[in-house]
Amino acid sequence: MSDEIEYTGICKTCSHAPTCAYRKRSDKPIWYCEEFDNYIPAPKKSTSSGLISILEDIQARYGYLPEGSLRVVAEKTNRSLVDIYGVATFYRAFSLKPRGKHLISVCLGTACHVRGAPAIAEEFQQQLGIRAGETTSDKEFTLETVNCLGACALGPIVVADGHYFSSVKASMVNSIIEKTLAGLDKVEIKTDQRVFPVEVSCSRCNHSLMDTRHLIDGYPSIRVTVSFNHKHGWLALSSLYGSDNVDSEYPIPLDTIVNFFCPHCHTELIGSSDCAECGAPMIPMIVRGGGVVQICSRRGCKGHMLDLSGTIID
Amino acid sequence: MIRLTINGLEISVEEGTTILEAAKFYGFPIPTLCYMEGLSPYGACRLCVVEIGEGPKARLVTSCTYPVEEGLKVRTASSRVIKARKMILELLLASCPQSKTIQDLAAAHNVRRQRFKQEYEDCILCGLCVRMCEEQMMAKAIGFQGRGENRSIGTPFNIKSDICRLCGGCIYICPACQLRCTYTEPEKAICGGCANLSPPCLEKEQFDDMMCYMEPCVACEIKKD
Ligand code: SF4
Ligand code: SF4
Ligand code: SF4
Ligand code: SF4
Ligand code: FES
Ligand code: FES
Ligand SMILES: [Zn+2]
Ligand SMILES: [Zn+2]
Repeated sequence: MSDEIEYTGICKTCSHAPTCAYRKRSDKPIWYCEEFDNYIPAPKKSTSSGLISILEDIQARYGYLPEGSLRVVAEKTNRSLVDIYGVATFYRAFSLKPRGKHLISVCLGTACHVRGAPAIAEEFQQQLGIRAGETTSDKEFTLETVNCLGACALGPIVVADGHYFSSVKASMVNSIIEKTLAGLDKVEIKTDQRVFPVEVSCSRCNHSLMDTRHLIDGYPSIRVTVSFNHKHGWLALSSLYGSDNVDSEYPIPLDTIVNFFCPHCHTELIGSSDCAECGAPMIPMIVRGGGVVQICSRRGCKGHMLDLSGTIID
Repeated sequence: MIRLTINGLEISVEEGTTILEAAKFYGFPIPTLCYMEGLSPYGACRLCVVEIGEGPKARLVTSCTYPVEEGLKVRTASSRVIKARKMILELLLASCPQSKTIQDLAAAHNVRRQRFKQEYEDCILCGLCVRMCEEQMMAKAIGFQGRGENRSIGTPFNIKSDICRLCGGCIYICPACQLRCTYTEPEKAICGGCANLSPPCLEKEQFDDMMCYMEPCVACEIKKD
Protein backbone atom coordinates (compact mmCIF):
# COMPACT_ATOMS: atom_id res chain seq x y z
CA MET A 1 0.00 0.00 0.00
CA SER A 2 1.64 3.18 -1.15
CA ASP A 3 1.53 6.20 1.07
CA GLU A 4 0.42 8.46 -1.72
CA ILE A 5 -2.74 6.51 -2.33
CA GLU A 6 -3.52 6.58 1.34
CA TYR A 7 -3.52 10.36 1.33
CA THR A 8 -5.88 10.71 -1.57
CA GLY A 9 -9.15 12.29 -0.67
CA ILE A 10 -8.18 13.10 2.87
CA CYS A 11 -6.77 16.53 2.41
CA LYS A 12 -8.51 18.55 -0.26
CA THR A 13 -6.85 21.75 0.72
CA CYS A 14 -4.36 22.23 -2.05
CA SER A 15 -3.91 20.95 -5.55
CA HIS A 16 -1.11 18.62 -4.47
CA ALA A 17 -3.41 16.59 -2.30
CA PRO A 18 -3.16 13.29 -4.21
CA THR A 19 0.62 13.31 -4.26
CA CYS A 20 1.31 15.41 -1.20
CA ALA A 21 4.83 14.90 0.02
CA TYR A 22 4.26 16.61 3.35
CA ARG A 23 1.41 14.86 4.97
CA LYS A 24 2.70 12.49 7.54
CA ARG A 25 -0.53 11.47 9.18
CA SER A 26 -3.46 10.48 7.08
CA ASP A 27 -5.78 10.53 10.08
CA LYS A 28 -5.13 14.18 10.85
CA PRO A 29 -6.97 17.03 9.25
CA ILE A 30 -5.39 19.87 7.38
CA TRP A 31 -4.06 21.81 10.30
CA TYR A 32 -1.62 19.04 10.93
CA CYS A 33 -0.20 19.53 7.49
CA GLU A 34 3.44 20.11 8.33
CA GLU A 35 4.10 22.08 5.25
CA PHE A 36 1.11 24.19 6.03
CA ASP A 37 2.34 24.83 9.52
CA ASN A 38 5.51 26.24 8.09
CA TYR A 39 3.49 28.88 6.39
CA ILE A 40 2.66 30.56 9.61
CA PRO A 41 5.64 32.23 11.17
CA ALA A 42 6.13 32.30 14.90
CA PRO A 43 4.23 35.14 16.61
CA LYS A 44 5.75 38.47 15.82
CA LYS A 45 4.40 41.79 16.90
CA SER A 46 0.66 41.68 16.53
CA THR A 47 0.16 44.20 13.79
CA SER A 48 -2.64 43.62 11.38
CA SER A 49 -0.29 44.18 8.45
CA GLY A 50 1.61 41.13 9.65
CA LEU A 51 -1.68 39.29 9.62
CA ILE A 52 -2.39 40.32 6.07
CA SER A 53 0.92 39.02 4.80
CA ILE A 54 0.35 35.69 6.53
CA LEU A 55 -3.08 35.44 4.93
CA GLU A 56 -1.60 36.43 1.56
CA ASP A 57 0.92 33.59 1.82
CA ILE A 58 -1.78 31.10 2.61
CA GLN A 59 -4.00 32.40 -0.15
CA ALA A 60 -1.14 32.20 -2.64
CA ARG A 61 -0.25 28.66 -1.62
CA TYR A 62 -3.73 27.16 -1.48
CA GLY A 63 -5.73 29.49 -3.67
CA TYR A 64 -8.06 30.22 -0.78
CA LEU A 65 -8.08 30.43 3.00
CA PRO A 66 -9.07 27.06 4.42
CA GLU A 67 -11.10 27.28 7.60
CA GLY A 68 -8.50 25.27 9.48
CA SER A 69 -5.80 27.68 8.41
CA LEU A 70 -7.56 30.64 10.01
CA ARG A 71 -7.85 28.68 13.24
CA VAL A 72 -4.14 27.90 13.18
CA VAL A 73 -3.32 31.54 12.46
CA ALA A 74 -5.48 32.60 15.39
CA GLU A 75 -3.77 30.15 17.70
CA LYS A 76 -0.25 30.83 16.55
CA THR A 77 -0.46 34.60 16.50
CA ASN A 78 -2.56 34.98 19.64
CA ARG A 79 -5.29 36.80 17.84
CA SER A 80 -8.95 36.07 18.14
CA LEU A 81 -10.66 34.23 15.36
CA VAL A 82 -13.32 36.94 14.88
CA ASP A 83 -10.65 39.50 14.07
CA ILE A 84 -8.95 37.23 11.58
CA TYR A 85 -12.27 36.29 10.04
CA GLY A 86 -13.11 39.99 9.82
CA VAL A 87 -9.91 40.72 7.89
CA ALA A 88 -10.29 37.63 5.72
CA THR A 89 -13.78 38.66 4.67
CA PHE A 90 -12.92 42.33 4.24
CA TYR A 91 -10.40 42.09 1.41
CA ARG A 92 -11.46 40.92 -2.02
CA ALA A 93 -8.06 39.33 -2.53
CA PHE A 94 -8.95 36.68 0.00
CA SER A 95 -11.36 33.91 -0.68
CA LEU A 96 -12.80 31.52 1.87
CA LYS A 97 -13.93 29.09 -0.77
CA PRO A 98 -11.60 27.09 -3.02
CA ARG A 99 -11.00 28.87 -6.27
CA GLY A 100 -10.71 27.30 -9.66
CA LYS A 101 -7.46 27.11 -11.59
CA HIS A 102 -8.65 29.93 -13.81
CA LEU A 103 -10.25 33.14 -12.67
CA ILE A 104 -12.60 35.02 -14.97
CA SER A 105 -13.78 38.44 -13.87
CA VAL A 106 -16.55 40.20 -15.74
CA CYS A 107 -16.71 43.95 -15.18
CA LEU A 108 -20.17 45.18 -14.23
CA GLY A 109 -19.07 48.76 -13.60
CA THR A 110 -21.28 51.53 -14.93
CA ALA A 111 -19.53 51.97 -18.28
CA CYS A 112 -19.38 48.24 -18.96
CA HIS A 113 -22.92 47.84 -17.68
CA VAL A 114 -24.40 50.22 -20.24
CA ARG A 115 -22.44 48.48 -22.98
CA GLY A 116 -24.11 45.20 -22.21
CA ALA A 117 -21.90 43.59 -19.58
CA PRO A 118 -24.84 41.93 -17.79
CA ALA A 119 -25.58 39.86 -20.89
CA ILE A 120 -21.93 38.81 -21.00
CA ALA A 121 -21.93 37.82 -17.35
CA GLU A 122 -25.11 35.87 -18.04
CA GLU A 123 -23.46 34.12 -20.98
CA PHE A 124 -20.49 33.10 -18.82
CA GLN A 125 -22.85 31.81 -16.15
CA GLN A 126 -24.71 29.78 -18.77
CA GLN A 127 -21.63 28.34 -20.42
CA LEU A 128 -19.80 27.54 -17.21
CA GLY A 129 -22.98 26.42 -15.48
CA ILE A 130 -22.21 28.41 -12.35
CA ARG A 131 -23.28 31.71 -10.88
CA ALA A 132 -20.92 34.62 -10.32
CA GLY A 133 -18.86 34.00 -7.21
CA GLU A 134 -18.89 30.24 -7.72
CA THR A 135 -16.38 27.67 -8.90
CA THR A 136 -17.09 24.90 -11.40
CA SER A 137 -17.25 21.44 -9.89
CA ASP A 138 -14.14 20.38 -11.82
CA LYS A 139 -12.31 23.26 -10.11
CA GLU A 140 -11.28 24.72 -13.47
CA PHE A 141 -13.05 28.06 -13.38
CA THR A 142 -14.06 30.64 -10.84
CA LEU A 143 -16.35 33.33 -12.15
CA GLU A 144 -16.70 36.66 -10.48
CA THR A 145 -18.12 40.04 -11.29
CA VAL A 146 -16.22 43.19 -10.40
CA ASN A 147 -16.97 46.88 -10.37
CA CYS A 148 -14.82 48.78 -12.84
CA LEU A 149 -11.38 47.60 -13.82
CA GLY A 150 -10.32 51.07 -14.90
CA ALA A 151 -10.51 50.40 -18.65
CA CYS A 152 -13.99 51.79 -19.17
CA ALA A 153 -13.35 53.16 -22.65
CA LEU A 154 -12.60 49.64 -23.89
CA GLY A 155 -15.59 48.02 -22.22
CA PRO A 156 -17.17 45.65 -21.75
CA ILE A 157 -14.07 44.25 -20.09
CA VAL A 158 -13.42 40.65 -19.13
CA VAL A 159 -10.24 39.59 -17.37
CA ALA A 160 -9.20 35.98 -17.59
CA ASP A 161 -6.14 34.93 -15.57
CA GLY A 162 -4.85 38.49 -15.68
CA HIS A 163 -5.34 38.91 -19.44
CA TYR A 164 -7.67 41.70 -20.50
CA PHE A 165 -10.28 41.19 -23.19
CA SER A 166 -11.87 44.40 -24.44
CA SER A 167 -15.15 45.16 -26.26
CA VAL A 168 -16.36 41.70 -25.36
CA LYS A 169 -19.52 40.45 -27.05
CA ALA A 170 -21.60 37.51 -25.91
CA SER A 171 -20.41 35.63 -29.01
CA MET A 172 -16.80 35.83 -27.78
CA VAL A 173 -17.51 34.15 -24.46
CA ASN A 174 -16.95 30.64 -25.72
CA SER A 175 -13.57 31.44 -27.24
CA ILE A 176 -12.44 33.26 -24.09
CA ILE A 177 -13.28 30.18 -22.05
CA GLU A 178 -11.43 27.93 -24.48
CA LYS A 179 -8.36 30.15 -24.65
CA THR A 180 -8.25 30.36 -20.89
CA LEU A 181 -8.49 26.61 -20.57
CA ALA A 182 -5.67 26.17 -23.08
CA GLY A 183 -3.48 28.43 -20.96
CA LEU A 184 -3.17 32.14 -21.48
CA ASP A 185 -0.03 32.01 -19.42
CA LYS A 186 1.96 30.07 -22.00
CA VAL A 187 5.00 32.21 -22.55
CA GLU A 188 5.47 33.86 -25.90
CA ILE A 189 9.10 32.92 -26.39
CA LYS A 190 9.85 35.73 -28.83
CA THR A 191 8.38 38.56 -26.84
CA ASP A 192 8.64 37.55 -23.21
CA GLN A 193 11.41 39.28 -21.34
CA ARG A 194 11.43 36.70 -18.58
CA VAL A 195 12.74 34.02 -20.90
CA PHE A 196 16.44 33.70 -21.72
CA PRO A 197 18.69 30.75 -22.62
CA VAL A 198 21.17 29.24 -20.15
CA GLU A 199 24.09 26.96 -20.94
CA VAL A 200 24.68 24.33 -18.29
CA SER A 201 27.13 21.60 -17.40
CA CYS A 202 27.28 18.64 -15.03
CA SER A 203 27.97 19.57 -11.45
CA ARG A 204 30.37 16.58 -11.06
CA CYS A 205 32.41 16.28 -14.24
CA ASN A 206 31.69 19.75 -15.56
CA HIS A 207 31.04 18.29 -19.03
CA SER A 208 28.62 20.46 -21.00
CA LEU A 209 25.06 19.12 -21.06
CA MET A 210 24.07 21.13 -24.12
CA ASP A 211 22.83 19.27 -27.19
CA THR A 212 23.22 21.50 -30.25
CA ARG A 213 21.57 18.97 -32.58
CA HIS A 214 18.35 18.78 -30.64
CA LEU A 215 16.63 22.15 -30.56
CA ILE A 216 13.78 23.03 -28.24
CA ASP A 217 12.15 26.46 -28.39
CA GLY A 218 14.70 27.13 -31.16
CA TYR A 219 17.70 26.77 -28.84
CA PRO A 220 20.08 23.89 -28.09
CA SER A 221 18.48 21.64 -25.46
CA ILE A 222 19.88 20.31 -22.21
CA ARG A 223 20.37 16.57 -22.45
CA VAL A 224 20.36 14.33 -19.42
CA THR A 225 19.63 10.70 -18.66
CA VAL A 226 16.60 10.04 -16.51
CA SER A 227 15.21 7.07 -14.72
CA PHE A 228 11.73 6.58 -13.32
CA ASN A 229 9.42 3.61 -12.78
CA HIS A 230 12.17 1.20 -13.93
CA LYS A 231 12.52 3.09 -17.19
CA HIS A 232 15.81 4.60 -18.25
CA GLY A 233 16.22 6.99 -21.14
CA TRP A 234 17.15 10.43 -22.37
CA LEU A 235 15.40 13.66 -21.59
CA ALA A 236 15.91 16.95 -23.40
CA LEU A 237 14.95 20.10 -21.57
CA SER A 238 14.48 23.55 -22.99
CA SER A 239 17.47 25.70 -22.15
CA LEU A 240 15.25 28.75 -21.89
CA TYR A 241 14.99 29.77 -18.30
CA GLY A 242 11.29 29.89 -17.54
CA SER A 243 10.22 27.52 -20.30
CA ASP A 244 9.26 24.01 -19.29
CA ASN A 245 9.11 22.37 -22.68
CA VAL A 246 10.73 18.92 -22.78
CA ASP A 247 11.23 15.98 -25.11
CA SER A 248 11.92 12.52 -23.81
CA GLU A 249 12.50 8.97 -24.91
CA TYR A 250 9.62 7.70 -22.76
CA PRO A 251 6.61 9.76 -21.82
CA ILE A 252 6.95 10.75 -18.18
CA PRO A 253 3.63 10.79 -16.36
CA LEU A 254 2.78 14.06 -14.66
CA ASP A 255 3.78 14.26 -10.99
CA THR A 256 6.41 11.52 -11.29
CA ILE A 257 9.62 12.31 -9.45
CA VAL A 258 12.45 11.55 -11.85
CA ASN A 259 16.12 10.77 -11.13
CA PHE A 260 18.51 12.77 -13.29
CA PHE A 261 21.94 11.46 -14.40
CA CYS A 262 24.79 13.04 -16.26
CA PRO A 263 25.06 11.33 -19.68
CA HIS A 264 28.87 11.67 -19.52
CA CYS A 265 30.03 10.63 -16.04
CA HIS A 266 26.74 8.87 -15.14
CA THR A 267 26.63 10.28 -11.64
CA GLU A 268 23.24 11.23 -10.32
CA LEU A 269 22.57 14.94 -10.45
CA ILE A 270 21.26 15.59 -7.01
CA GLY A 271 21.59 18.47 -4.63
CA SER A 272 20.64 19.07 -1.07
CA SER A 273 17.67 21.37 -1.48
CA ASP A 274 14.00 20.59 -2.02
CA CYS A 275 11.54 22.28 -4.33
CA ALA A 276 9.77 25.18 -2.71
CA GLU A 277 6.65 24.41 -4.72
CA CYS A 278 6.27 20.68 -4.19
CA GLY A 279 9.02 19.39 -1.93
CA ALA A 280 10.62 17.06 -4.46
CA PRO A 281 14.47 17.13 -4.67
CA MET A 282 15.93 19.89 -6.82
CA ILE A 283 18.38 19.07 -9.58
CA PRO A 284 21.41 21.39 -9.67
CA MET A 285 23.35 22.21 -12.82
CA ILE A 286 26.27 24.55 -13.28
CA VAL A 287 25.59 27.62 -15.40
CA ARG A 288 28.33 28.60 -17.80
CA GLY A 289 29.75 31.88 -16.66
CA GLY A 290 29.13 31.07 -13.01
CA GLY A 291 26.22 30.15 -10.86
CA VAL A 292 23.81 27.31 -10.44
CA VAL A 293 20.40 26.62 -11.86
CA GLN A 294 18.15 24.19 -10.04
CA ILE A 295 15.07 22.56 -11.44
CA CYS A 296 12.46 20.49 -9.72
CA SER A 297 12.66 16.73 -10.32
CA ARG A 298 8.89 16.37 -10.37
CA ARG A 299 7.40 16.23 -13.86
CA GLY A 300 4.96 19.07 -14.33
CA CYS A 301 6.20 21.09 -11.37
CA LYS A 302 7.33 24.54 -12.37
CA GLY A 303 9.78 24.92 -9.50
CA HIS A 304 13.09 26.32 -10.65
CA MET A 305 15.70 28.57 -9.18
CA LEU A 306 18.54 30.43 -10.73
CA ASP A 307 21.40 31.62 -8.61
CA LEU A 308 24.03 33.29 -10.71
CA SER A 309 26.13 34.49 -7.80
CA GLY A 310 26.87 31.38 -5.78
CA THR A 311 28.86 28.31 -6.66
CA ILE A 312 27.76 24.84 -5.76
CA ILE A 313 28.85 23.46 -2.43
CA ASP A 314 29.11 19.70 -2.42
CA MET B 1 -8.29 70.25 33.88
CA ILE B 2 -9.47 71.41 30.46
CA ARG B 3 -11.70 74.45 30.16
CA LEU B 4 -14.27 74.72 27.40
CA THR B 5 -17.73 76.15 26.81
CA ILE B 6 -20.83 74.15 26.00
CA ASN B 7 -23.78 76.19 24.75
CA GLY B 8 -22.12 79.28 26.24
CA LEU B 9 -21.58 77.79 29.69
CA GLU B 10 -17.93 77.76 30.82
CA ILE B 11 -17.02 74.41 32.29
CA SER B 12 -13.91 72.47 33.15
CA VAL B 13 -13.43 68.73 32.96
CA GLU B 14 -10.56 66.30 33.21
CA GLU B 15 -8.33 65.77 30.23
CA GLY B 16 -9.38 62.80 28.11
CA THR B 17 -13.09 63.31 28.77
CA THR B 18 -15.19 63.23 25.60
CA ILE B 19 -17.54 66.06 24.69
CA LEU B 20 -20.45 63.69 25.25
CA GLU B 21 -19.35 62.81 28.79
CA ALA B 22 -18.78 66.47 29.62
CA ALA B 23 -22.18 67.48 28.25
CA LYS B 24 -23.92 64.66 30.11
CA PHE B 25 -22.19 65.64 33.33
CA TYR B 26 -23.36 69.23 33.01
CA GLY B 27 -26.85 68.22 31.99
CA PHE B 28 -26.92 68.98 28.26
CA PRO B 29 -28.83 66.22 26.52
CA ILE B 30 -27.27 64.66 23.43
CA PRO B 31 -29.07 61.72 21.82
CA THR B 32 -26.96 58.62 21.26
CA LEU B 33 -27.51 55.22 19.76
CA CYS B 34 -24.22 53.36 19.43
CA TYR B 35 -22.84 54.72 22.69
CA MET B 36 -23.15 52.79 25.93
CA GLU B 37 -21.49 53.48 29.21
CA GLY B 38 -18.95 50.81 29.95
CA LEU B 39 -18.22 50.15 26.28
CA SER B 40 -15.59 51.96 24.27
CA PRO B 41 -17.09 54.63 21.99
CA TYR B 42 -17.28 53.62 18.37
CA GLY B 43 -18.75 56.57 16.49
CA ALA B 44 -20.89 54.51 14.15
CA CYS B 45 -24.36 56.06 14.27
CA ARG B 46 -23.41 59.78 14.08
CA LEU B 47 -26.49 60.64 16.10
CA CYS B 48 -24.46 62.39 18.79
CA VAL B 49 -23.18 65.11 16.45
CA VAL B 50 -22.41 68.52 17.95
CA GLU B 51 -21.00 71.67 16.37
CA ILE B 52 -17.56 72.90 17.40
CA GLY B 53 -15.54 75.96 16.38
CA GLU B 54 -16.81 79.24 15.12
CA GLY B 55 -17.62 81.06 11.88
CA PRO B 56 -16.49 79.34 8.70
CA LYS B 57 -14.38 76.90 10.69
CA ALA B 58 -17.36 75.51 12.56
CA ARG B 59 -17.89 71.81 11.95
CA LEU B 60 -19.87 68.81 13.11
CA VAL B 61 -18.14 66.08 15.08
CA THR B 62 -19.38 63.00 16.91
CA SER B 63 -19.32 63.94 20.56
CA CYS B 64 -18.95 60.36 21.79
CA THR B 65 -15.51 60.05 20.26
CA TYR B 66 -14.22 63.64 20.39
CA PRO B 67 -12.00 64.43 23.39
CA VAL B 68 -12.35 67.89 24.95
CA GLU B 69 -9.81 70.55 24.01
CA GLU B 70 -8.76 73.69 25.83
CA GLY B 71 -10.97 76.64 24.81
CA LEU B 72 -13.28 74.48 22.67
CA LYS B 73 -16.67 76.04 21.94
CA VAL B 74 -19.38 73.40 21.65
CA ARG B 75 -23.01 73.83 20.60
CA THR B 76 -25.22 70.83 21.19
CA ALA B 77 -28.45 72.18 19.72
CA SER B 78 -27.60 74.67 16.99
CA SER B 79 -29.85 74.66 13.94
CA ARG B 80 -27.14 72.88 12.01
CA VAL B 81 -26.93 70.14 14.66
CA ILE B 82 -30.71 69.73 14.78
CA LYS B 83 -30.89 69.45 11.01
CA ALA B 84 -28.15 66.83 10.85
CA ARG B 85 -29.67 64.86 13.72
CA LYS B 86 -33.07 64.75 12.06
CA MET B 87 -31.52 63.60 8.83
CA ILE B 88 -29.67 60.81 10.61
CA LEU B 89 -32.89 59.73 12.30
CA GLU B 90 -34.69 59.71 8.98
CA LEU B 91 -31.98 57.51 7.53
CA LEU B 92 -32.17 55.18 10.51
CA LEU B 93 -35.94 54.96 10.10
CA ALA B 94 -35.42 54.18 6.45
CA SER B 95 -33.18 51.25 7.22
CA CYS B 96 -34.63 49.81 10.41
CA PRO B 97 -38.13 51.12 11.15
CA GLN B 98 -39.04 48.18 13.37
CA SER B 99 -36.54 49.16 16.06
CA LYS B 100 -38.28 50.47 19.15
CA THR B 101 -35.15 52.42 20.09
CA ILE B 102 -35.09 54.19 16.74
CA GLN B 103 -38.84 54.84 16.81
CA ASP B 104 -38.55 56.43 20.25
CA LEU B 105 -35.61 58.58 19.20
CA ALA B 106 -37.46 59.72 16.09
CA ALA B 107 -40.56 60.58 18.08
CA ALA B 108 -38.54 62.50 20.65
CA HIS B 109 -36.97 64.58 17.91
CA ASN B 110 -40.17 65.20 16.07
CA VAL B 111 -39.24 63.16 13.03
CA ARG B 112 -42.55 61.93 11.67
CA ARG B 113 -41.73 60.55 8.26
CA GLN B 114 -38.81 59.43 6.21
CA ARG B 115 -38.34 60.24 2.57
CA PHE B 116 -36.02 57.45 1.48
CA LYS B 117 -36.54 53.98 0.12
CA GLN B 118 -37.94 51.88 2.92
CA GLU B 119 -35.81 48.91 3.99
CA TYR B 120 -36.18 46.51 6.86
CA GLU B 121 -32.61 45.84 7.92
CA ASP B 122 -32.10 43.56 10.86
CA CYS B 123 -28.87 45.26 11.85
CA ILE B 124 -27.71 48.86 11.73
CA LEU B 125 -24.07 47.90 12.27
CA CYS B 126 -23.82 49.94 15.43
CA GLY B 127 -21.32 47.44 16.82
CA LEU B 128 -22.83 47.44 20.30
CA CYS B 129 -23.12 43.66 20.38
CA VAL B 130 -19.52 43.22 19.24
CA ARG B 131 -18.23 45.53 21.96
CA MET B 132 -20.53 44.01 24.56
CA CYS B 133 -19.27 40.55 23.74
CA GLU B 134 -15.64 41.57 23.78
CA GLU B 135 -15.48 44.17 26.52
CA GLN B 136 -18.04 43.03 29.04
CA MET B 137 -18.40 39.32 28.39
CA MET B 138 -14.73 38.80 27.51
CA ALA B 139 -15.79 36.36 24.83
CA LYS B 140 -15.03 37.90 21.41
CA ALA B 141 -17.36 35.39 19.88
CA ILE B 142 -18.84 37.74 17.28
CA GLY B 143 -17.44 40.46 15.07
CA PHE B 144 -17.83 42.42 11.87
CA GLN B 145 -17.33 40.59 8.61
CA GLY B 146 -17.37 41.49 4.94
CA ARG B 147 -17.49 45.06 3.79
CA GLY B 148 -19.61 47.59 2.01
CA GLU B 149 -23.02 46.23 1.22
CA ASN B 150 -22.09 42.84 2.55
CA ARG B 151 -20.91 44.00 5.95
CA SER B 152 -22.56 42.07 8.70
CA ILE B 153 -22.12 40.75 12.20
CA GLY B 154 -21.60 37.13 12.95
CA THR B 155 -19.49 34.36 14.35
CA PRO B 156 -16.47 33.23 12.32
CA PHE B 157 -17.69 31.07 9.42
CA ASN B 158 -21.21 31.78 10.69
CA ILE B 159 -21.30 28.55 12.59
CA LYS B 160 -21.84 27.81 16.24
CA SER B 161 -19.13 29.58 18.18
CA ASP B 162 -17.22 27.54 20.69
CA ILE B 163 -16.37 30.57 22.78
CA CYS B 164 -19.85 32.12 23.02
CA ARG B 165 -20.91 32.03 26.65
CA LEU B 166 -24.63 32.07 25.79
CA CYS B 167 -24.92 35.09 28.02
CA GLY B 168 -27.40 36.87 25.78
CA GLY B 169 -25.52 40.15 26.18
CA CYS B 170 -25.57 40.76 22.45
CA ILE B 171 -29.32 40.33 22.23
CA TYR B 172 -29.90 42.44 25.29
CA ILE B 173 -28.00 45.40 23.92
CA CYS B 174 -29.11 45.28 20.28
CA PRO B 175 -31.21 48.31 19.34
CA ALA B 176 -32.40 46.73 16.12
CA CYS B 177 -33.81 43.36 16.97
CA GLN B 178 -35.56 43.61 20.29
CA LEU B 179 -38.93 44.19 18.75
CA ARG B 180 -38.78 41.27 16.39
CA CYS B 181 -37.87 38.94 19.17
CA THR B 182 -41.03 39.87 20.98
CA TYR B 183 -43.59 39.16 18.32
CA THR B 184 -44.77 42.58 17.28
CA GLU B 185 -44.19 41.85 13.64
CA PRO B 186 -45.75 38.39 13.48
CA GLU B 187 -44.50 37.27 10.08
CA LYS B 188 -40.94 38.21 10.93
CA ALA B 189 -41.03 37.42 14.61
CA ILE B 190 -38.63 34.83 15.84
CA CYS B 191 -39.32 32.63 18.80
CA GLY B 192 -39.29 35.27 21.46
CA GLY B 193 -38.15 32.48 23.66
CA CYS B 194 -35.66 34.54 25.63
CA ALA B 195 -38.55 36.50 26.99
CA ASN B 196 -41.22 33.83 26.78
CA LEU B 197 -40.09 30.52 28.12
CA SER B 198 -42.33 28.37 25.98
CA PRO B 199 -41.32 29.32 22.46
CA PRO B 200 -42.74 27.62 19.42
CA CYS B 201 -40.08 25.27 18.19
CA LEU B 202 -38.55 26.77 15.09
CA GLU B 203 -35.76 25.98 12.73
CA LYS B 204 -33.26 28.80 12.98
CA GLU B 205 -32.46 28.52 9.25
CA GLN B 206 -36.00 29.59 8.44
CA PHE B 207 -35.12 32.99 9.78
CA ASP B 208 -32.09 34.04 7.89
CA ASP B 209 -32.39 37.53 9.27
CA MET B 210 -32.35 36.44 12.87
CA MET B 211 -29.74 38.28 14.84
CA CYS B 212 -29.32 35.76 17.62
CA TYR B 213 -25.87 34.19 17.79
CA MET B 214 -26.66 31.82 20.61
CA GLU B 215 -26.56 28.19 19.71
CA PRO B 216 -28.25 26.17 20.98
CA CYS B 217 -31.17 28.47 21.59
CA VAL B 218 -31.21 29.21 25.25
CA ALA B 219 -34.96 28.91 25.49
CA CYS B 220 -35.06 25.59 23.69
CA GLU B 221 -32.45 24.21 26.04
CA ILE B 222 -34.47 25.26 29.03
CA LYS B 223 -37.59 23.68 27.57
CA LYS B 224 -35.94 20.31 27.08
CA ASP B 225 -35.24 19.75 30.76
S1 SF4 C 1 0.60 20.12 1.25
FE1 SF4 C 1 -0.70 20.34 3.04
S2 SF4 C 1 -2.54 21.15 2.23
FE2 SF4 C 1 -1.46 20.32 0.49
S3 SF4 C 1 -2.18 18.23 0.30
FE3 SF4 C 1 -0.42 18.18 1.60
S4 SF4 C 1 -1.25 18.27 3.64
FE4 SF4 C 1 -2.84 18.97 2.28
S1 SF4 D 1 -24.25 35.50 23.88
FE1 SF4 D 1 -22.29 34.89 23.00
S2 SF4 D 1 -22.04 36.26 21.28
FE2 SF4 D 1 -23.60 37.19 22.58
S3 SF4 D 1 -22.47 38.56 23.94
FE3 SF4 D 1 -22.66 36.62 25.00
S4 SF4 D 1 -20.75 35.56 24.49
FE4 SF4 D 1 -20.97 37.21 23.00
S1 SF4 E 1 -26.77 43.22 15.74
FE1 SF4 E 1 -27.76 44.87 16.86
S2 SF4 E 1 -26.19 45.52 18.34
FE2 SF4 E 1 -25.15 44.31 16.82
S3 SF4 E 1 -24.40 45.80 15.33
FE3 SF4 E 1 -26.39 45.09 14.58
S4 SF4 E 1 -27.83 46.55 15.39
FE4 SF4 E 1 -25.96 46.83 16.55
S1 SF4 F 1 -31.74 32.39 22.22
FE1 SF4 F 1 -33.43 31.37 21.24
S2 SF4 F 1 -35.20 32.36 22.09
FE2 SF4 F 1 -33.51 33.72 22.47
S3 SF4 F 1 -33.48 35.11 20.72
FE3 SF4 F 1 -32.09 33.44 20.27
S4 SF4 F 1 -33.33 32.02 19.13
FE4 SF4 F 1 -34.74 33.39 20.17
S1 FES G 1 -16.82 50.03 -15.89
FE1 FES G 1 -15.84 48.25 -16.67
S2 FES G 1 -13.79 48.91 -16.69
FE2 FES G 1 -14.77 50.64 -15.78
S1 FES H 1 -23.37 57.73 19.80
FE1 FES H 1 -21.74 58.80 18.96
S2 FES H 1 -21.69 58.06 16.95
FE2 FES H 1 -23.24 56.81 17.84
ZN1 LIG I 1 28.98 14.41 -15.31
ZN1 LIG J 1 8.66 20.91 -7.50
